[in-house]
Amino acid sequence: MNSRITDRIATGVFYTIAAIMVALLLYLFYFILANGLPQVTWDFLTSESSSYKAGGGIRDQLFNSLYILVITMIITVPLGVFGGVYMAEYAKPGKLTSFIRSCIEMLASLPSIVVGLFGLLIFVNKMGLGYTIIGGALALTIFNIPVMVRVTEDAINSVPKEQKEASLALGITRWHTIKTVLLPYAFPGILTGAILASGRVFGEAAALLYTAGLSTPSLDYGNWNPLADNSPLNIFRPAETLAVHIWSVNTQGLIPDIREVANGASAVLVIAVLVFNILARWLGSVIHKKLTAGK
Amino acid sequence: MNYTVDSPKETKKEKLLNYSTQFNKEVVLDVKNLSIFYGNKEAVKRANMGIEKNAVTALIGPSGCGKSTFIRSINRMNDLIPSSRAEGEIIYDGINILRSDVNVVALRAEIGMVFQKPNPFPKSIYNNITHALKYNGQKNKQALDQIVEESLRKAALWDEVKDRLHQSALSLSGGQQQRLCIARTLAMEPRILLLDEPASALDPVSNAKIEELILQLKEDYSIVIVTHNMSQASRVSDKTAFFFNGDVVEYDDTKKIFTNPSETKTEEYISGRFG
Repeated sequence: MNSRITDRIATGVFYTIAAIMVALLLYLFYFILANGLPQVTWDFLTSESSSYKAGGGIRDQLFNSLYILVITMIITVPLGVFGGVYMAEYAKPGKLTSFIRSCIEMLASLPSIVVGLFGLLIFVNKMGLGYTIIGGALALTIFNIPVMVRVTEDAINSVPKEQKEASLALGITRWHTIKTVLLPYAFPGILTGAILASGRVFGEAAALLYTAGLSTPSLDYGNWNPLADNSPLNIFRPAETLAVHIWSVNTQGLIPDIREVANGASAVLVIAVLVFNILARWLGSVIHKKLTAGK
Repeated sequence: MNYTVDSPKETKKEKLLNYSTQFNKEVVLDVKNLSIFYGNKEAVKRANMGIEKNAVTALIGPSGCGKSTFIRSINRMNDLIPSSRAEGEIIYDGINILRSDVNVVALRAEIGMVFQKPNPFPKSIYNNITHALKYNGQKNKQALDQIVEESLRKAALWDEVKDRLHQSALSLSGGQQQRLCIARTLAMEPRILLLDEPASALDPVSNAKIEELILQLKEDYSIVIVTHNMSQASRVSDKTAFFFNGDVVEYDDTKKIFTNPSETKTEEYISGRFG
Protein backbone atom coordinates (compact mmCIF):
# COMPACT_ATOMS: atom_id res chain seq x y z
CA MET A 1 0.00 0.00 0.00
CA ASN A 2 2.72 2.37 1.09
CA SER A 3 5.00 1.56 -1.82
CA ARG A 4 2.12 1.99 -4.24
CA ILE A 5 1.49 5.50 -3.01
CA THR A 6 5.22 6.29 -3.25
CA ASP A 7 5.21 4.94 -6.76
CA ARG A 8 2.27 7.13 -7.72
CA ILE A 9 3.82 10.20 -6.18
CA ALA A 10 7.10 9.57 -7.99
CA THR A 11 5.30 9.04 -11.30
CA GLY A 12 3.33 12.22 -10.72
CA VAL A 13 6.47 14.21 -9.94
CA PHE A 14 8.20 13.02 -13.10
CA TYR A 15 5.17 13.79 -15.25
CA THR A 16 4.98 17.25 -13.72
CA ILE A 17 8.63 17.93 -14.40
CA ALA A 18 8.23 16.80 -18.00
CA ALA A 19 5.13 18.96 -18.38
CA ILE A 20 6.95 21.99 -16.95
CA MET A 21 9.78 21.53 -19.44
CA VAL A 22 7.45 21.27 -22.40
CA ALA A 23 5.34 24.19 -21.18
CA LEU A 24 8.40 26.38 -20.69
CA LEU A 25 9.67 25.62 -24.16
CA LEU A 26 6.28 26.23 -25.75
CA TYR A 27 5.83 29.49 -23.85
CA LEU A 28 9.29 30.68 -24.88
CA PHE A 29 8.61 29.80 -28.49
CA TYR A 30 5.23 31.48 -28.35
CA PHE A 31 6.62 34.61 -26.73
CA ILE A 32 9.55 34.97 -29.10
CA LEU A 33 7.65 34.12 -32.25
CA ALA A 34 4.53 36.13 -31.39
CA ASN A 35 6.62 39.22 -30.77
CA GLY A 36 9.19 38.62 -33.43
CA LEU A 37 7.47 37.09 -36.44
CA PRO A 38 5.42 40.21 -37.35
CA GLN A 39 8.74 42.07 -37.78
CA VAL A 40 10.22 39.40 -40.03
CA THR A 41 9.63 40.46 -43.59
CA TRP A 42 11.58 39.71 -46.73
CA ASP A 43 12.92 43.21 -46.53
CA PHE A 44 14.07 42.68 -42.93
CA LEU A 45 16.00 39.57 -43.95
CA THR A 46 17.60 41.05 -47.03
CA SER A 47 18.57 44.59 -46.09
CA GLU A 48 21.55 45.90 -44.24
CA SER A 49 21.25 46.97 -40.64
CA SER A 50 21.23 50.68 -39.97
CA SER A 51 22.93 52.50 -37.13
CA TYR A 52 20.45 55.29 -36.42
CA LYS A 53 17.53 55.17 -38.87
CA ALA A 54 14.51 52.91 -38.41
CA GLY A 55 13.83 50.01 -40.76
CA GLY A 56 17.25 48.32 -40.78
CA GLY A 57 17.52 44.61 -41.54
CA ILE A 58 19.73 41.75 -40.45
CA ARG A 59 21.05 40.39 -43.73
CA ASP A 60 24.75 40.56 -42.86
CA GLN A 61 24.27 39.37 -39.29
CA LEU A 62 22.36 36.31 -40.43
CA PHE A 63 25.02 35.49 -42.98
CA ASN A 64 27.80 36.09 -40.44
CA SER A 65 26.17 33.74 -37.95
CA LEU A 66 25.93 30.97 -40.52
CA TYR A 67 29.42 31.60 -41.83
CA ILE A 68 31.06 31.61 -38.40
CA LEU A 69 29.13 28.44 -37.62
CA VAL A 70 30.52 26.73 -40.72
CA ILE A 71 34.09 27.87 -40.11
CA THR A 72 33.91 26.86 -36.45
CA MET A 73 32.57 23.43 -37.27
CA ILE A 74 35.22 22.88 -39.94
CA ILE A 75 37.84 23.40 -37.24
CA THR A 76 36.00 21.85 -34.30
CA VAL A 77 34.59 18.62 -35.70
CA PRO A 78 37.83 17.02 -36.97
CA LEU A 79 39.80 18.08 -33.89
CA GLY A 80 37.04 16.99 -31.55
CA VAL A 81 36.45 13.67 -33.27
CA PHE A 82 40.15 12.82 -33.35
CA GLY A 83 40.48 13.84 -29.73
CA GLY A 84 37.53 11.65 -28.83
CA VAL A 85 38.96 8.70 -30.77
CA TYR A 86 42.22 9.18 -28.90
CA MET A 87 40.49 9.27 -25.53
CA ALA A 88 38.30 6.25 -26.29
CA GLU A 89 40.72 4.01 -28.14
CA TYR A 90 44.32 5.01 -27.62
CA ALA A 91 44.64 6.67 -24.22
CA LYS A 92 45.79 4.12 -21.66
CA PRO A 93 44.11 4.42 -18.29
CA GLY A 94 46.48 6.20 -15.97
CA LYS A 95 47.46 9.51 -14.47
CA LEU A 96 48.12 11.22 -17.79
CA THR A 97 44.74 10.24 -19.19
CA SER A 98 42.84 11.39 -16.14
CA PHE A 99 44.82 14.63 -16.21
CA ILE A 100 43.84 15.15 -19.87
CA ARG A 101 40.25 14.33 -19.00
CA SER A 102 40.10 16.91 -16.21
CA CYS A 103 41.66 19.48 -18.55
CA ILE A 104 38.92 18.81 -21.08
CA GLU A 105 36.24 19.12 -18.43
CA MET A 106 37.67 22.39 -17.13
CA LEU A 107 37.88 23.76 -20.63
CA ALA A 108 34.22 22.87 -21.13
CA SER A 109 33.17 24.74 -18.02
CA LEU A 110 35.03 27.99 -18.80
CA PRO A 111 32.62 30.93 -18.96
CA SER A 112 32.34 32.07 -22.54
CA ILE A 113 33.16 35.66 -21.64
CA VAL A 114 36.52 34.46 -20.34
CA VAL A 115 37.12 32.60 -23.57
CA GLY A 116 36.20 35.81 -25.39
CA LEU A 117 38.73 37.82 -23.41
CA PHE A 118 41.35 35.14 -24.02
CA GLY A 119 40.58 35.44 -27.73
CA LEU A 120 40.91 39.21 -27.53
CA LEU A 121 44.31 38.83 -25.92
CA ILE A 122 45.69 36.11 -28.20
CA PHE A 123 44.03 36.36 -31.60
CA VAL A 124 43.09 40.04 -31.70
CA ASN A 125 46.07 41.62 -29.95
CA LYS A 126 49.01 39.20 -29.74
CA MET A 127 48.56 37.78 -33.21
CA GLY A 128 47.47 41.17 -34.46
CA LEU A 129 44.53 39.84 -36.43
CA GLY A 130 42.10 42.47 -35.16
CA TYR A 131 38.44 41.56 -34.99
CA THR A 132 38.01 38.71 -37.46
CA ILE A 133 35.78 35.82 -38.32
CA ILE A 134 38.66 33.40 -37.88
CA GLY A 135 39.40 34.84 -34.44
CA GLY A 136 35.77 34.35 -33.48
CA ALA A 137 35.72 30.84 -34.90
CA LEU A 138 38.88 29.92 -32.98
CA ALA A 139 37.44 31.27 -29.73
CA LEU A 140 34.28 29.27 -30.29
CA THR A 141 36.40 26.23 -31.12
CA ILE A 142 38.06 26.50 -27.71
CA PHE A 143 34.89 25.87 -25.82
CA ASN A 144 33.31 23.53 -28.33
CA ILE A 145 36.20 21.08 -28.64
CA PRO A 146 35.65 19.66 -25.13
CA VAL A 147 32.02 18.98 -25.99
CA MET A 148 32.98 17.30 -29.25
CA VAL A 149 35.73 15.23 -27.60
CA ARG A 150 33.47 14.13 -24.81
CA VAL A 151 30.57 13.26 -27.07
CA THR A 152 32.80 11.36 -29.52
CA GLU A 153 34.44 9.45 -26.69
CA ASP A 154 31.06 8.48 -25.25
CA ALA A 155 29.69 7.54 -28.65
CA ILE A 156 32.66 5.32 -29.42
CA ASN A 157 32.59 3.74 -25.98
CA SER A 158 28.93 2.93 -26.46
CA VAL A 159 29.65 0.86 -29.58
CA PRO A 160 29.11 -2.75 -28.48
CA LYS A 161 32.39 -4.44 -27.60
CA GLU A 162 31.36 -7.31 -29.87
CA GLN A 163 31.53 -5.08 -32.95
CA LYS A 164 35.08 -4.06 -32.27
CA GLU A 165 36.11 -7.62 -31.46
CA ALA A 166 34.47 -8.89 -34.63
CA SER A 167 36.51 -6.56 -36.78
CA LEU A 168 39.80 -7.09 -34.95
CA ALA A 169 39.32 -10.87 -34.94
CA LEU A 170 39.10 -10.78 -38.75
CA GLY A 171 42.65 -9.53 -38.89
CA ILE A 172 41.89 -5.86 -39.37
CA THR A 173 44.07 -3.15 -37.87
CA ARG A 174 42.88 -0.93 -35.08
CA TRP A 175 42.80 2.22 -37.17
CA HIS A 176 40.84 0.54 -39.97
CA THR A 177 38.43 -0.85 -37.38
CA ILE A 178 37.94 2.63 -35.96
CA LYS A 179 37.35 4.02 -39.43
CA THR A 180 35.01 1.38 -40.81
CA VAL A 181 33.26 -0.04 -37.74
CA LEU A 182 33.45 2.24 -34.73
CA LEU A 183 32.98 5.65 -36.33
CA PRO A 184 30.02 4.66 -38.54
CA TYR A 185 28.38 3.01 -35.54
CA ALA A 186 29.06 6.02 -33.35
CA PHE A 187 27.99 8.49 -36.03
CA PRO A 188 24.51 9.35 -34.65
CA GLY A 189 26.01 10.19 -31.26
CA ILE A 190 28.76 12.27 -32.79
CA LEU A 191 26.21 14.09 -34.91
CA THR A 192 24.12 14.93 -31.84
CA GLY A 193 27.25 16.38 -30.27
CA ALA A 194 27.95 18.44 -33.37
CA ILE A 195 24.39 19.76 -33.35
CA LEU A 196 24.65 20.73 -29.70
CA ALA A 197 27.94 22.43 -30.39
CA SER A 198 26.55 24.34 -33.33
CA GLY A 199 23.56 25.45 -31.26
CA ARG A 200 26.04 26.97 -28.84
CA VAL A 201 27.89 28.65 -31.70
CA PHE A 202 24.72 30.10 -33.10
CA GLY A 203 23.58 31.53 -29.81
CA GLU A 204 26.94 32.67 -28.53
CA ALA A 205 27.45 36.38 -28.02
CA ALA A 206 29.93 36.88 -25.18
CA ALA A 207 32.87 35.07 -26.78
CA LEU A 208 32.32 36.83 -30.08
CA LEU A 209 32.05 40.38 -28.75
CA TYR A 210 35.77 40.56 -28.26
CA THR A 211 36.91 38.39 -31.14
CA ALA A 212 34.66 38.84 -34.17
CA GLY A 213 33.66 42.35 -33.22
CA LEU A 214 30.53 44.47 -33.29
CA SER A 215 30.62 45.64 -36.85
CA THR A 216 30.51 44.34 -40.37
CA PRO A 217 32.11 46.08 -43.33
CA SER A 218 29.74 46.71 -46.21
CA LEU A 219 29.65 43.49 -48.15
CA ASP A 220 29.20 42.76 -51.81
CA TYR A 221 27.48 39.39 -52.06
CA GLY A 222 28.52 39.12 -55.68
CA ASN A 223 32.20 39.10 -54.75
CA TRP A 224 33.22 35.53 -54.02
CA ASN A 225 36.93 36.14 -53.80
CA PRO A 226 37.69 35.15 -50.21
CA LEU A 227 40.63 37.53 -50.08
CA ALA A 228 38.74 40.68 -51.04
CA ASP A 229 37.90 43.14 -48.27
CA ASN A 230 34.23 43.44 -49.21
CA SER A 231 33.72 39.72 -49.86
CA PRO A 232 31.38 38.02 -47.41
CA LEU A 233 33.68 34.95 -47.56
CA ASN A 234 36.73 36.79 -46.28
CA ILE A 235 37.62 35.23 -42.93
CA PHE A 236 39.84 38.14 -41.94
CA ARG A 237 37.06 40.69 -41.69
CA PRO A 238 35.09 41.67 -38.61
CA ALA A 239 31.65 40.14 -38.39
CA GLU A 240 28.77 40.88 -36.09
CA THR A 241 26.58 37.82 -35.63
CA LEU A 242 22.87 37.73 -35.00
CA ALA A 243 23.23 37.02 -31.29
CA VAL A 244 25.77 39.82 -30.90
CA HIS A 245 23.50 42.12 -32.88
CA ILE A 246 20.58 41.44 -30.55
CA TRP A 247 22.78 42.24 -27.60
CA SER A 248 24.23 45.38 -29.15
CA VAL A 249 21.00 46.99 -30.37
CA ASN A 250 19.52 46.35 -26.94
CA THR A 251 22.40 47.87 -25.01
CA GLN A 252 23.84 50.54 -27.25
CA GLY A 253 21.48 50.86 -30.18
CA LEU A 254 20.66 54.35 -31.43
CA ILE A 255 17.89 53.26 -33.77
CA PRO A 256 14.30 54.17 -32.86
CA ASP A 257 13.01 50.65 -33.61
CA ILE A 258 15.28 48.77 -31.18
CA ARG A 259 12.40 46.65 -29.88
CA GLU A 260 11.24 45.58 -33.32
CA VAL A 261 14.70 44.75 -34.62
CA ALA A 262 15.63 42.82 -31.49
CA ASN A 263 12.37 40.86 -31.50
CA GLY A 264 12.60 40.10 -35.20
CA ALA A 265 16.22 39.05 -34.93
CA SER A 266 15.42 36.79 -31.97
CA ALA A 267 12.66 35.08 -33.92
CA VAL A 268 14.99 34.55 -36.87
CA LEU A 269 17.68 33.17 -34.56
CA VAL A 270 15.28 30.70 -32.97
CA ILE A 271 13.91 29.58 -36.31
CA ALA A 272 17.40 29.25 -37.77
CA VAL A 273 18.52 27.03 -34.88
CA LEU A 274 15.39 24.93 -35.25
CA VAL A 275 15.73 24.53 -39.01
CA PHE A 276 19.40 23.76 -38.61
CA ASN A 277 18.70 21.04 -36.05
CA ILE A 278 16.05 19.40 -38.18
CA LEU A 279 18.20 19.53 -41.30
CA ALA A 280 21.22 18.13 -39.50
CA ARG A 281 19.19 15.27 -38.05
CA TRP A 282 17.66 14.44 -41.41
CA LEU A 283 21.05 14.54 -43.12
CA GLY A 284 22.49 12.46 -40.30
CA SER A 285 19.91 9.74 -40.65
CA VAL A 286 20.48 9.62 -44.41
CA ILE A 287 24.24 9.29 -43.93
CA HIS A 288 23.82 6.76 -41.14
CA LYS A 289 21.65 4.58 -43.36
CA LYS A 290 24.22 4.80 -46.13
CA LEU A 291 27.03 3.84 -43.76
CA THR A 292 25.34 0.93 -42.10
CA ALA A 293 22.69 -0.92 -44.07
CA GLY A 294 22.32 -1.62 -47.75
CA LYS A 295 25.15 -1.26 -50.23
CA MET B 1 53.03 -13.51 -43.26
CA ASN B 2 55.67 -11.45 -41.61
CA TYR B 3 56.46 -13.71 -38.73
CA THR B 4 60.08 -13.95 -37.84
CA VAL B 5 60.85 -17.60 -37.60
CA ASP B 6 63.03 -18.21 -34.61
CA SER B 7 63.40 -21.96 -34.84
CA PRO B 8 63.83 -24.10 -37.95
CA LYS B 9 61.13 -26.63 -38.82
CA GLU B 10 63.22 -29.61 -37.74
CA THR B 11 63.38 -28.59 -34.14
CA LYS B 12 59.64 -28.10 -34.19
CA LYS B 13 59.16 -31.64 -35.44
CA GLU B 14 61.46 -32.93 -32.76
CA LYS B 15 59.51 -31.13 -30.14
CA LEU B 16 56.33 -32.58 -31.54
CA LEU B 17 57.74 -36.07 -31.44
CA ASN B 18 57.81 -35.89 -27.68
CA TYR B 19 54.07 -35.72 -27.77
CA SER B 20 53.53 -38.20 -30.55
CA THR B 21 52.56 -41.01 -28.25
CA GLN B 22 49.81 -38.82 -26.89
CA PHE B 23 48.27 -37.67 -30.16
CA ASN B 24 47.05 -39.49 -33.20
CA LYS B 25 47.26 -36.53 -35.54
CA GLU B 26 49.52 -33.66 -36.38
CA VAL B 27 49.54 -30.87 -33.82
CA VAL B 28 48.67 -27.41 -35.15
CA LEU B 29 48.94 -25.47 -31.91
CA ASP B 30 51.24 -26.47 -29.12
CA VAL B 31 50.46 -24.75 -25.87
CA LYS B 32 53.26 -24.95 -23.35
CA ASN B 33 53.13 -23.76 -19.77
CA LEU B 34 50.68 -21.04 -20.67
CA SER B 35 49.73 -18.77 -17.79
CA ILE B 36 47.46 -15.79 -18.24
CA PHE B 37 47.09 -13.09 -15.65
CA TYR B 38 44.55 -10.33 -15.21
CA GLY B 39 46.44 -8.00 -12.94
CA ASN B 40 47.55 -10.33 -10.15
CA LYS B 41 44.88 -12.93 -10.75
CA GLU B 42 46.08 -16.00 -12.60
CA ALA B 43 43.17 -16.94 -14.85
CA VAL B 44 44.97 -19.78 -16.63
CA LYS B 45 47.64 -21.72 -14.76
CA ARG B 46 50.49 -23.31 -16.65
CA ALA B 47 48.32 -24.98 -19.24
CA ASN B 48 49.79 -27.58 -21.58
CA MET B 49 47.82 -28.75 -24.57
CA GLY B 50 48.57 -29.95 -28.07
CA ILE B 51 45.72 -29.02 -30.38
CA GLU B 52 45.30 -31.40 -33.28
CA LYS B 53 45.00 -30.51 -36.91
CA ASN B 54 41.63 -31.05 -38.59
CA ALA B 55 40.01 -32.04 -35.35
CA VAL B 56 37.56 -30.44 -33.00
CA THR B 57 38.90 -29.66 -29.55
CA ALA B 58 36.29 -28.81 -26.95
CA LEU B 59 37.05 -26.77 -23.85
CA ILE B 60 34.62 -27.38 -21.03
CA GLY B 61 34.36 -26.29 -17.44
CA PRO B 62 32.31 -24.12 -15.11
CA SER B 63 32.00 -20.35 -15.64
CA GLY B 64 35.13 -18.43 -14.78
CA CYS B 65 37.39 -21.48 -15.10
CA GLY B 66 39.64 -19.83 -17.69
CA LYS B 67 38.49 -21.57 -20.85
CA SER B 68 37.41 -18.36 -22.60
CA THR B 69 40.61 -16.64 -21.49
CA PHE B 70 42.52 -19.58 -22.90
CA ILE B 71 40.81 -19.51 -26.30
CA ARG B 72 41.10 -15.74 -26.54
CA SER B 73 44.83 -15.92 -26.00
CA ILE B 74 45.25 -18.10 -29.10
CA ASN B 75 44.53 -15.20 -31.45
CA ARG B 76 45.71 -12.59 -28.97
CA MET B 77 42.27 -11.08 -28.35
CA ASN B 78 43.36 -10.72 -24.72
CA ASP B 79 45.63 -7.92 -25.91
CA LEU B 80 42.50 -5.76 -25.79
CA ILE B 81 42.42 -6.08 -22.00
CA PRO B 82 45.10 -3.72 -20.73
CA SER B 83 45.74 -5.57 -17.46
CA SER B 84 46.20 -8.98 -19.08
CA ARG B 85 49.57 -10.65 -19.41
CA ALA B 86 50.59 -14.04 -20.76
CA GLU B 87 53.51 -16.29 -19.89
CA GLY B 88 54.60 -19.50 -21.56
CA GLU B 89 54.32 -20.37 -25.22
CA ILE B 90 51.79 -21.11 -27.89
CA ILE B 91 53.69 -22.58 -30.81
CA TYR B 92 52.04 -22.16 -34.18
CA ASP B 93 53.99 -22.88 -37.35
CA GLY B 94 57.17 -23.01 -35.31
CA ILE B 95 56.65 -19.60 -33.80
CA ASN B 96 55.65 -18.59 -30.33
CA ILE B 97 52.68 -16.39 -31.17
CA LEU B 98 52.77 -14.73 -27.77
CA ARG B 99 55.97 -12.94 -28.74
CA SER B 100 55.55 -9.20 -28.85
CA ASP B 101 56.99 -8.91 -32.36
CA VAL B 102 54.36 -11.21 -33.90
CA ASN B 103 52.15 -9.44 -36.41
CA VAL B 104 48.86 -9.78 -34.55
CA VAL B 105 46.78 -8.56 -37.47
CA ALA B 106 48.13 -11.26 -39.78
CA LEU B 107 47.84 -13.84 -37.03
CA ARG B 108 44.15 -13.13 -36.54
CA ALA B 109 43.51 -13.61 -40.23
CA GLU B 110 44.97 -17.13 -39.93
CA ILE B 111 43.35 -17.94 -36.63
CA GLY B 112 39.75 -16.81 -36.97
CA MET B 113 37.35 -16.39 -34.11
CA VAL B 114 33.58 -16.54 -33.74
CA PHE B 115 32.04 -15.15 -30.58
CA GLN B 116 29.26 -16.14 -28.23
CA LYS B 117 26.83 -13.47 -29.31
CA PRO B 118 26.33 -13.21 -33.08
CA ASN B 119 28.00 -9.94 -33.99
CA PRO B 120 27.43 -9.13 -37.64
CA PHE B 121 28.27 -5.59 -38.67
CA PRO B 122 25.23 -3.39 -39.29
CA LYS B 123 25.91 -3.67 -43.00
CA SER B 124 24.54 -5.81 -45.78
CA ILE B 125 25.13 -9.57 -45.75
CA TYR B 126 27.48 -9.13 -48.70
CA ASN B 127 29.47 -6.35 -47.07
CA ASN B 128 29.80 -8.29 -43.85
CA ILE B 129 31.89 -10.79 -45.75
CA THR B 130 33.78 -8.35 -47.94
CA HIS B 131 34.61 -6.00 -45.05
CA ALA B 132 37.88 -7.73 -44.21
CA LEU B 133 38.62 -8.81 -47.78
CA LYS B 134 38.50 -5.26 -49.05
CA TYR B 135 40.80 -4.21 -46.25
CA ASN B 136 43.26 -6.82 -47.48
CA GLY B 137 43.23 -5.33 -50.94
CA GLN B 138 40.74 -7.55 -52.75
CA LYS B 139 38.90 -5.05 -54.96
CA ASN B 140 37.92 -7.27 -57.89
CA LYS B 141 34.13 -7.50 -57.95
CA GLN B 142 34.06 -10.95 -59.53
CA ALA B 143 36.55 -12.38 -57.09
CA LEU B 144 34.62 -10.86 -54.20
CA ASP B 145 31.34 -12.29 -55.49
CA GLN B 146 32.94 -15.68 -55.71
CA ILE B 147 34.44 -15.58 -52.22
CA VAL B 148 31.13 -14.41 -50.79
CA GLU B 149 29.31 -17.33 -52.40
CA GLU B 150 31.94 -19.87 -51.40
CA SER B 151 32.08 -18.79 -47.80
CA LEU B 152 28.32 -18.64 -47.49
CA ARG B 153 28.10 -22.14 -48.96
CA LYS B 154 30.72 -23.41 -46.55
CA ALA B 155 28.74 -21.91 -43.69
CA ALA B 156 25.55 -23.57 -45.03
CA LEU B 157 23.85 -20.22 -45.40
CA TRP B 158 23.97 -19.61 -49.14
CA ASP B 159 20.59 -21.12 -50.01
CA GLU B 160 18.87 -19.05 -47.35
CA VAL B 161 20.34 -15.69 -48.30
CA LYS B 162 21.38 -15.85 -51.96
CA ASP B 163 18.43 -13.70 -53.03
CA ARG B 164 19.00 -10.99 -50.47
CA LEU B 165 22.73 -10.50 -50.24
CA HIS B 166 22.34 -6.75 -50.16
CA GLN B 167 19.87 -6.65 -47.32
CA SER B 168 21.02 -5.75 -43.85
CA ALA B 169 22.62 -8.61 -41.95
CA LEU B 170 20.55 -7.56 -38.96
CA SER B 171 17.42 -8.80 -40.74
CA LEU B 172 18.66 -12.38 -40.35
CA SER B 173 17.66 -14.64 -37.48
CA GLY B 174 20.14 -15.20 -34.64
CA GLY B 175 21.21 -18.58 -36.01
CA GLN B 176 21.66 -17.19 -39.51
CA GLN B 177 23.64 -14.26 -38.11
CA GLN B 178 25.95 -16.67 -36.34
CA ARG B 179 26.50 -18.66 -39.53
CA LEU B 180 27.16 -15.37 -41.33
CA CYS B 181 29.82 -14.62 -38.73
CA ILE B 182 31.33 -18.03 -39.42
CA ALA B 183 31.19 -17.37 -43.18
CA ARG B 184 32.85 -14.00 -42.65
CA THR B 185 35.67 -15.69 -40.77
CA LEU B 186 36.00 -18.47 -43.36
CA ALA B 187 36.35 -15.88 -46.12
CA MET B 188 39.72 -14.97 -44.66
CA GLU B 189 40.85 -18.56 -45.31
CA PRO B 190 42.00 -19.21 -41.77
CA ARG B 191 43.68 -22.45 -40.72
CA ILE B 192 42.25 -22.51 -37.24
CA LEU B 193 38.76 -21.60 -36.12
CA LEU B 194 38.18 -20.54 -32.54
CA LEU B 195 34.54 -20.76 -31.48
CA ASP B 196 33.73 -19.18 -28.14
CA GLU B 197 30.38 -20.69 -27.14
CA PRO B 198 29.05 -20.17 -30.67
CA ALA B 199 25.66 -21.71 -30.04
CA SER B 200 24.85 -20.75 -26.49
CA ALA B 201 22.73 -17.74 -27.50
CA LEU B 202 20.76 -19.70 -30.10
CA ASP B 203 17.60 -21.81 -30.18
CA PRO B 204 17.87 -25.62 -30.39
CA VAL B 205 17.30 -25.79 -34.16
CA SER B 206 19.98 -23.22 -34.93
CA ASN B 207 22.15 -24.95 -32.39
CA ALA B 208 21.84 -28.24 -34.26
CA LYS B 209 22.69 -26.51 -37.53
CA ILE B 210 25.84 -25.01 -36.05
CA GLU B 211 26.88 -28.42 -34.73
CA GLU B 212 26.33 -30.00 -38.13
CA LEU B 213 28.39 -27.20 -39.65
CA ILE B 214 31.24 -27.75 -37.19
CA LEU B 215 31.44 -31.40 -38.18
CA GLN B 216 31.65 -30.41 -41.85
CA LEU B 217 34.23 -27.71 -41.28
CA LYS B 218 36.47 -30.12 -39.43
CA GLU B 219 37.49 -31.54 -42.82
CA ASP B 220 39.30 -28.34 -43.71
CA TYR B 221 39.98 -26.54 -40.47
CA SER B 222 41.28 -27.16 -36.99
CA ILE B 223 38.59 -26.11 -34.59
CA VAL B 224 38.71 -25.14 -30.93
CA ILE B 225 35.33 -24.69 -29.30
CA VAL B 226 34.37 -23.46 -25.86
CA THR B 227 31.04 -24.83 -24.76
CA HIS B 228 28.89 -25.06 -21.67
CA ASN B 229 26.83 -27.76 -23.25
CA MET B 230 28.17 -31.19 -22.25
CA SER B 231 26.22 -33.12 -24.85
CA GLN B 232 27.37 -30.68 -27.53
CA ALA B 233 30.97 -31.26 -26.56
CA SER B 234 30.50 -35.01 -26.68
CA ARG B 235 28.74 -34.85 -30.06
CA VAL B 236 31.10 -32.59 -31.99
CA SER B 237 34.56 -32.90 -30.52
CA ASP B 238 37.43 -35.34 -30.89
CA LYS B 239 39.39 -34.05 -27.94
CA THR B 240 38.11 -32.46 -24.77
CA ALA B 241 39.90 -30.39 -22.17
CA PHE B 242 38.32 -29.88 -18.78
CA PHE B 243 39.21 -26.60 -17.10
CA PHE B 244 38.72 -25.89 -13.45
CA ASN B 245 39.93 -22.80 -11.57
CA GLY B 246 42.41 -22.00 -14.32
CA ASP B 247 43.90 -25.49 -14.37
CA VAL B 248 43.61 -27.91 -17.25
CA VAL B 249 42.45 -30.78 -15.09
CA GLU B 250 42.24 -33.30 -17.85
CA TYR B 251 42.84 -33.32 -21.59
CA ASP B 252 42.11 -36.44 -23.57
CA ASP B 253 39.99 -38.05 -26.27
CA THR B 254 36.41 -36.92 -25.92
CA LYS B 255 35.21 -40.49 -25.69
CA LYS B 256 37.54 -41.14 -22.80
CA ILE B 257 36.62 -37.95 -20.97
CA PHE B 258 32.92 -38.65 -21.19
CA THR B 259 32.99 -42.36 -20.46
CA ASN B 260 35.97 -42.97 -18.29
CA PRO B 261 37.69 -39.80 -17.05
CA SER B 262 40.83 -40.28 -15.00
CA GLU B 263 40.18 -37.38 -12.66
CA THR B 264 37.37 -37.41 -10.12
CA LYS B 265 36.86 -33.65 -10.63
CA THR B 266 36.14 -34.27 -14.31
CA GLU B 267 33.71 -37.00 -13.54
CA GLU B 268 31.89 -34.85 -10.99
CA TYR B 269 31.57 -32.00 -13.46
CA ILE B 270 30.41 -34.17 -16.34
CA SER B 271 27.83 -35.93 -14.23
CA GLY B 272 26.51 -32.51 -13.21
CA ARG B 273 27.48 -32.56 -9.57
CA PHE B 274 28.76 -28.96 -9.78
CA GLY B 275 29.27 -26.19 -12.31
